[in-house]
Amino acid sequence: MHRSLDLLLSALFNARDIWRLPVDGSLHGALLDRHLLLNLWIILGLAALAHLLLLAGVLFARDRRAGTESISRTVRLEYLPLAFFTLLFSWLTLRAERLWALSRYTGAEPTALQVEVTGMQFAWYFRYPGQDATFGRVEPALLDPGAGNPLGIDPADSHGKDDLVSSELVLPAGREVDLRLRALDVIHGFAVPEMRVKQNAVPGQTIHLHFTPTRPGTYAILCTQLCGLGHYRMNANLRVLSASDFEHWLHVRESRGTT
Amino acid sequence: MSQSPYLRRESAGTLASSVRLAGRTSPIRCHLFTTDHRAIGRLYLWLALLSVAIGTILSLLMRLHLTWPERVLPFHGPVLPEDYLALVTIHGTLMLFFVLTTAPQSGFGNLILPSQIGARRMAFPLINAVSFWVIAAALVVLLSSTFVPGGSPISGWTAYPPLSAVPSAGPGQGTGIDLWLASIALFAIGSTMSSINQLVTVVRMRCEGMTWGRLPLTVWAWITASMLSILAFSVLLAALLLLFCDRHLATSFYLPVGDVVNGTLRAAGSHNGSPLLWLHLFWFFGHPEVYIAILPGMGLTSMILGNFSRRRVFAYRTMITTTLLIGFLGILVWGHHMFVAGLNPFAGTAFSISTIAIAIPAAAKVLSWLATIWRSRPSYTTAFLFSLGFVSLFITGGLSGPILAQPILDQYLHNTFFVVAHFHLIMAMAGIFGLFSATYYWFPLLANRTLHEGLGRIHFVGSLLGAYATFLPMHLTGLAGEPRHYAQLTSIPNAAGDLLARTLPLNRGITWAAFFLAGTQLVFLANLLLTLWRGPRSSPNPWDATTLEWHPNLSESDFGLLPVVYREPSQYAYQNGEARALPQWIDPALLPSAPSTSGDRGVS
Ligand code: HEM
Ligand SMILES: [Cu+2]
Ligand SMILES: [Cu+2]
Repeated sequence: MHRSLDLLLSALFNARDIWRLPVDGSLHGALLDRHLLLNLWIILGLAALAHLLLLAGVLFARDRRAGTESISRTVRLEYLPLAFFTLLFSWLTLRAERLWALSRYTGAEPTALQVEVTGMQFAWYFRYPGQDATFGRVEPALLDPGAGNPLGIDPADSHGKDDLVSSELVLPAGREVDLRLRALDVIHGFAVPEMRVKQNAVPGQTIHLHFTPTRPGTYAILCTQLCGLGHYRMNANLRVLSASDFEHWLHVRESRGTT
Repeated sequence: MSQSPYLRRESAGTLASSVRLAGRTSPIRCHLFTTDHRAIGRLYLWLALLSVAIGTILSLLMRLHLTWPERVLPFHGPVLPEDYLALVTIHGTLMLFFVLTTAPQSGFGNLILPSQIGARRMAFPLINAVSFWVIAAALVVLLSSTFVPGGSPISGWTAYPPLSAVPSAGPGQGTGIDLWLASIALFAIGSTMSSINQLVTVVRMRCEGMTWGRLPLTVWAWITASMLSILAFSVLLAALLLLFCDRHLATSFYLPVGDVVNGTLRAAGSHNGSPLLWLHLFWFFGHPEVYIAILPGMGLTSMILGNFSRRRVFAYRTMITTTLLIGFLGILVWGHHMFVAGLNPFAGTAFSISTIAIAIPAAAKVLSWLATIWRSRPSYTTAFLFSLGFVSLFITGGLSGPILAQPILDQYLHNTFFVVAHFHLIMAMAGIFGLFSATYYWFPLLANRTLHEGLGRIHFVGSLLGAYATFLPMHLTGLAGEPRHYAQLTSIPNAAGDLLARTLPLNRGITWAAFFLAGTQLVFLANLLLTLWRGPRSSPNPWDATTLEWHPNLSESDFGLLPVVYREPSQYAYQNGEARALPQWIDPALLPSAPSTSGDRGVS
């Protein structure tokens, strides 16, 4: 009995296909999915229950008079279910707040890989700080995509010399990444469904977002904040590699210089 | 509740002068430049009907383009991405402002509210007329944006800057968005005026005996929405003004230093604004706005369920409280639109708690509705069916709200079609069902005729199936990752192309369903025209209702004495399993003594 219940629960919690969730390739995604599926089943159940009551209420006729209220009826039909509802949603919120705190209240570990993400109409650029582990200064006036400087990296700042700019985000599996999100022109939305993350990039602000990819593969990076006519095609690939493949990629790119 | 002091009776003098005035004016003046609240209410309904027709056609064009992008429109050529975004923007603006804000609040508010409180007119007839014409002008200005160079704006109904602040950000972001700003500013002014008018009308013009506790729930909904309107639209107006300054007077309320849009660097000065200011101001307006759109439907649903179940609305006092509570909490939740916008994460937690809190009064309403109809042998009129549909849509659409209110889940679902599904069910479809319910129920008062019930039932069944078939699957494409505001789902490069392509089969089904849903509305149009042309005359109180709008002396042509109110609405005397209505205006002294009545009681 207990076992079958366990089986049923784990089947429901793994029912990503029924709900059409894409695969999850991140460390925090498992808990997020579990909580999301729990919520989805609960609201499906509540919706079904409410509709059953609605249909039963109109289909099974009784005396009209019977509907008049008394205090006990009001408590039974209104306040008790309401109390149950309040408890249920408090519980769900509490769980959700803890997951939110876990992923957002604190920043990344100091050992996390640093990558800067810049959104502009209609492309994402990814910058790695290079050997010196420091990003070079950027200057809006120096923006010149035609001359190969889409981010406006200031050549006068030596930190920028070894910065590596890429049009795809390449990450090692199993290591936390600390993204700093920026936008040059309008608000963009940085979203990776398979990593279960989303965060807007806002002009004038640098916003940090951290997560740990776990599963090697190629995933979609979308823009999820309306940014103009090319919004639908503002995307890039996230390639998650094994640690050694990543080292290799970084090495090749660094020796080749910026592209 | 104790008797409230005698409120106010209209003097014979005002009446006589309004009769004189009516006699002198020409028919055009009489119908168009009228200050008569009923005529103004009808004008609002025509305006909303025109807007909903245009808005629906635009939504079908969007769906067509999403699923069959290579189709070329007749007289237009291929649909460009900016065309799609212009369609979204005008669709959303029309539907939200010109349909769901005008029709329930100002349309039926004018037609029904005064008589429901036993008044013969609104408090400020001239302001009432002016606000209608301001809103009509707003509609013309909005639609004219299609015809200017660059076309309509492409920044959606939320118009986030810098996209909306900088002309170089895209086609439609020049003159197009200036017209949008002007239109919404006019709309905000018109709505504020009309809300002040409604609020004063309810406070000052209730007839004798119409205490606060005896007000129908529709009136409670209207005044709550009015209070929200005054607050929300004035903040919106200020926000629009600041955006106008950023666009034309080189200020930077919403623009940071060093913003480069499309190669143009904004003159860097010492002024460092932030787009987040707009998000705060806009959603401080935007969230109350969705309650303005839905509260009247909630009030009406309560009254109609009571009327056709022949019962007092269950927990009437609690219903009043939850209406006010929803209005109040509605002001405190705007941050739930900004969980991933760059707020402090602690703010996310705070806004998620206030948002979950609002689910409690909403759930209380659903419980009351279920208890009101529970095994009551209701009569299945079309108005009742649409109210049941409202309850159903409110439940299905509402339950996904608490999911979106959890920031950790919103970080996956924000701006996906899951959100589009949520707000179309709870706001768009429930709101439209409320409007249909109102139309079938009050049509005898609008046109002295009754809409055809058989056609009405077909209309109801088609609309309910169509609404669910269209909007339920959107939850799944959203969970699969489909973002909103995407002009195209095919021929997208990279891994994103695969992700989006996986949603195509469901998306085709959604488009077919949307056409079915829209097609069903032709049944309603046919019913409307047939009835207006040669429908049967209605009897004075065809639904055996208990509220004052059905009082014979308050009809359009009758100038009898104002009524006096003796009890709460939806009171019935029960005898041998039958329920006899006790209208609010019947003097208890004139009632044959019934063995058991459920009279006016103080507690619920
Ligand atoms: C036939 C029925 C309808 C269909 C098929 C439909 C379809 C759509 C679609 C496809 C979008 C664009 C989603 C996106 O790309 O972001 C949209 C947006 C929207 N719709 Fe509807 N819709 C319908 C009725 C309504 C109604 C009655 C309302 C009334 C409130 C409404 C309010 C909105 C709003 C506010 C937006 C957002 C616009 C924006 O993002 O600027 N819709 N609808
Ligand atoms: Cu975008
Ligand atoms: Cu909201």
